[in-house]
Amino acid sequence: MTERIDLSPEADSAPPGSDAVLEVSDLTVSFPTDDGLVQAVRGVSYRLNRGEVLGIVGESGSGKSVTSLAVMGLLAGSARVSGSVRFRGTELVGASDAELTRIRGRHISMIFQDPMTSLNPVYTVGYQIAEAVQAHKDVSKRDARERAIELLEIVRIPSPEQRLDNYPHELSGGMRQRIVIAIAMANDPDVIIADEPTTALDVTVQAQIMEALDLARAATGAAMVLITHDLGVIAGQADRVVVMYAGKLVETGTAEDVFYAPRMPYTLGLLGSLPRLDRRTERLTPIGGAPPSVVHMPPGCPFTPRCPLAQPVCETEEPEPAPTTGPDHLAACHFSERLAGVEPADLFATHVTDETALAEFARETEKRS
Amino acid sequence: MTAPAADATGAAEAPLLSVRHLVKHFPVRSTGVLRREIGQVHAVCDVSFDIAEGETLGLVGESGCGKSTTARMLLNLQPATSGEVYYRDIELTRLSRRAMRALRREIQIVFQDPYASLDPRMPVNEIVAEPLRIHGSGDADRVTVVRDLLRTVGLKPEHGNRFPHEFSGGQRQRIGIARALALRPNLLVLDEPVSALDVSIQAGVLNLLDELQAELGLAYLFVSHDLSVVRHIADRIAVMYLGRIVETGPADALFEGPAHPYTQALISAIPLPDPRKERARERITVVGDVASPVDPPSGCRFRTRCPTFAAELDEPQRRRCVEELPELVIRGQGHPVACHFARLRSLL
Repeated sequence: MTERIDLSPEADSAPPGSDAVLEVSDLTVSFPTDDGLVQAVRGVSYRLNRGEVLGIVGESGSGKSVTSLAVMGLLAGSARVSGSVRFRGTELVGASDAELTRIRGRHISMIFQDPMTSLNPVYTVGYQIAEAVQAHKDVSKRDARERAIELLEIVRIPSPEQRLDNYPHELSGGMRQRIVIAIAMANDPDVIIADEPTTALDVTVQAQIMEALDLARAATGAAMVLITHDLGVIAGQADRVVVMYAGKLVETGTAEDVFYAPRMPYTLGLLGSLPRLDRRTERLTPIGGAPPSVVHMPPGCPFTPRCPLAQPVCETEEPEPAPTTGPDHLAACHFSERLAGVEPADLFATHVTDETALAEFARETEKRS
Repeated sequence: MTAPAADATGAAEAPLLSVRHLVKHFPVRSTGVLRREIGQVHAVCDVSFDIAEGETLGLVGESGCGKSTTARMLLNLQPATSGEVYYRDIELTRLSRRAMRALRREIQIVFQDPYASLDPRMPVNEIVAEPLRIHGSGDADRVTVVRDLLRTVGLKPEHGNRFPHEFSGGQRQRIGIARALALRPNLLVLDEPVSALDVSIQAGVLNLLDELQAELGLAYLFVSHDLSVVRHIADRIAVMYLGRIVETGPADALFEGPAHPYTQALISAIPLPDPRKERARERITVVGDVASPVDPPSGCRFRTRCPTFAAELDEPQRRRCVEELPELVIRGQGHPVACHFARLRSLL
């Protein structure tokens, strides 16, 4: 070990004037499998500033969850992680378990999708919250319990004293997720990573959980990485957005940049494929095909086979994220400037059926009825 | 057989399908050897609606509200405790299995999970042809129909010899739709057909359903928990809460002016993918979780979570919510709503 990690606020080793709490650069994660090397994350870079919410959005298999597991050092031993993750200037990639343990739960905490798997079924929730408090602070049992009650009040759990003696299975899904949030904020972390925190829940409960997350952030001042496939949640919560596709960051910018002026065809198609609650959408724009296999990643831009703008260069040269409408609005596309003022339906086909086959089928089955 | 009386949900005359006072109770049994019945889950209570030819009715609600049970009762996959389902003028809850089988030419279902609903050991050609075989169409006929169906839903006919595991989730759902269409039904019951799919794939299946409906004149019962999807696809919507329909009406009217506090809370809870709009929205949040369907609240079932009940009503008004079941009727908001104190609100 080269240096001791000292994370007391005085010893903040980030360069002065820097506002970043978490800086991820060129993070790459791969898993060796029988079929070959699975490249789950390929060179992702982002920074999280103090107190802000960074939304990471992507569909299944885009690598958004693996990225944050790598940040937390929670991947299995077989995973090959390279690149750099700096928490307030301290490198986390390659740090020992003992070092990471001092940071995890204390400075960076994580909320997972399924609260039933993050909570231990054989201990009361009060025990588990107190355990989180005592793991990082030298406090008495009674004080830890007091703190637990306080935390449950922050996330608006009714009659917290009684809830402390409940086991996880006695609580509803929404209540459990609020317990997980209470544990995540127990030590006033600087960063909370929330991985699909509302996905398994009903919409009215989802709204309650988003509210609890807001309260937790207000109480701790923590910055948050919010990972979700739900663009609505991102729109409501995130200051800045990272869009991932096939293990790569393909677009990043403020929420306004990404939602109102997308410069990567994938982002545009994704926005156009969303049915809207606030207006009648005549045609959605599905993105044809499927994401590439992460085992045999083709050269060039991973979106090429599904991209209506694709040119020969896209098959050979992988574009790196480059500035578009502003210095902090990056998109990984050779032709991002062509997306200015383009609507999803201008670019993507909306018609999906084979009309002649459908007409044939209609004719063949008509005579029967 | 008497034709069903006109219903509040507002479909045109002579509906294709009419559901009247449908009820489903599931027994709750003790864990002992005797497995005594110790209670009942009131899954569906007095649900009535109509579906006209060629139209889409969206049935929405959160998990456990009874929407899928309702869908299954329409096909007699789940026997109804009481109530009637009329297809044209055939009452089908008391049909024999044989008579019901004949009716399955007319009503087909597509399930949520495209991984579970296709037989993994059957090639796709056979999966799609199976309903045709059961209902006795000729071999030659079958081959052309299957080929056209696969092409219609965007699959290559030469892929018909492959097995379901060789296809993606979106493609499997298209196969499920092709199978459901094979007999050229008039009504398709779609039970959360796109919930398991990523949005970019989901959009393809929704467009497919749109295009099929336009060409084939199908009627859909579209069951979903996703209000955005339902707004996109449905002509009319019925919102369910704890086994009852609480509000129903044309899609645009219901979203632009919801009158039931539950519908309002649902609409308000869904984040819009539009940062400026989303951050400026008024929020109605409900507290707590859905009450138990084993012992549902008296009177209005939503009152235990209702923000109007909690914040705006006085004691005599609350007593009314506790004691008197609100009927699903038009109360001055233009469409039927089951709330004593219904009031239009604009939330989008």
